[in-house]
Amino acid sequence: MQINIDIGKTLRSGSRTFELRAQLTSSSQRIVIYGPSGAGKSLLLKAVAGLSTPDRGHIEVAGRRLFDSGGGIDVPAQRRQLAYLFQDYALFPHLNVRQNIAFGLQRGWRNPLARVDGEAVRYWLQAFELEHVAHQLPHQLSGGQRQRVALARALAPEPQALLLDEPFAALDPGLRQRMRAELDALQCRLGIPMLLITHDPEDVRAFGDHVLRMENGSMAEIRDMDIVERNEA
Amino acid sequence: MINSFLAEPAWIALRLSLKVACWATLLDLLFGVALGYLLARKRFPGRELLDALLTLPMVMPPTVLGYYLLVVIGRHGVIGAWLQRTFGINLIFTWQAAVIAAAVVAFPLVLKGARAAFETVDTQLEQAAKVLGISPFGVFLRVTLPLAWRGVLGGALLAFARSMGEFGATLMVAGSIPGKTQTLSIAVYEAVQAGQDDSANLLVIITSVVCIAVLIAANKLTPNRNPQA
Repeated sequence: MQINIDIGKTLRSGSRTFELRAQLTSSSQRIVIYGPSGAGKSLLLKAVAGLSTPDRGHIEVAGRRLFDSGGGIDVPAQRRQLAYLFQDYALFPHLNVRQNIAFGLQRGWRNPLARVDGEAVRYWLQAFELEHVAHQLPHQLSGGQRQRVALARALAPEPQALLLDEPFAALDPGLRQRMRAELDALQCRLGIPMLLITHDPEDVRAFGDHVLRMENGSMAEIRDMDIVERNEA
Repeated sequence: MINSFLAEPAWIALRLSLKVACWATLLDLLFGVALGYLLARKRFPGRELLDALLTLPMVMPPTVLGYYLLVVIGRHGVIGAWLQRTFGINLIFTWQAAVIAAAVVAFPLVLKGARAAFETVDTQLEQAAKVLGISPFGVFLRVTLPLAWRGVLGGALLAFARSMGEFGATLMVAGSIPGKTQTLSIAVYEAVQAGQDDSANLLVIITSVVCIAVLIAANKLTPNRNPQA
């Protein structure tokens, strides 16, 4: 994915200030930003998705200028055509699996019906083996199924890139391995570029074609996985 | 036989009270949902002051409210004089004035219920809907409102019950014209004043039954402690 980010944002909370200075240029299909919690990774991902507005700089994804403080460009989140996988999935609790998957396919003011159907819905239910739970509500699903629904919902509108916020943190360790393999296969099959943020070195090993480290709001390139390992120890 | 029964003063007063309470609740829902959402989601200077001002009718004596209403919608009031001049409308001593009085008195109940309900909706769900391409009003109708409606409706039912019982402010702006502005609670007062105990008994029982029914419904709708169950 052609991605080019250079943004700055200052957050103030009482007497404390947090300074985000993020630079990232990559043409890799799998970019991982690795760092401890509180480093500003989520803030960066939200800025890319259009859920948070930087003070200055620019964001360019897949050749589209999404934000440019100088040029007065700020494409609304609705029109950025990006998929966002939230850490705890943020599935709509009042809608069943079908409705969640179809949510982004039906614009306008009304939710899809409980029996919503269609080629895309059928495809994603099948691709993630969710047919037998299609009518269930999110709280009735297992952790792995929830993640699959969240992925299906995010990918159904055919986004240009996939943004993932700590995608495996909410899962049991045993399940993590399996879901990593699943995401790995999915990404290869769809060829969709992804930007993943994590504090788990395992994620870096699995997806880190291009790895950057983030700490205290600043970023640095990582060429050598040993740095990740050492930081973990 | 039914016709003569329905012509009883008590039933006329009940029908009027229900009509006034329905309209007052509708008005409160309209403004309460909009302002409750604003207070729950937007950060702006004076937010808590606005909340306090809008909650004032709950703690102020009804007579003080009635006086304020006369100042605003009375014949020489700010809005009242304008209505009179422009449309020839006079609100004082009409059932519409009773609606306004009831709506103002009961408004904080809808506002508080709506604000609390909107605050419990996870903002991340709204963000998820946004990223999926849904417009801001679409997000409100498809995510925020469906997850908050129980709290909103619970507040509306309380407001309905409060409107049914409204007395002080209503008497000041709408008066007590039998069949026109004499609501149930005012009819009780008049019956007791006139020593008509039978009539008062009937009116009191009707009022109690309606209010208990509404409160039971409100309790059933109040957000469940365990929404997953």
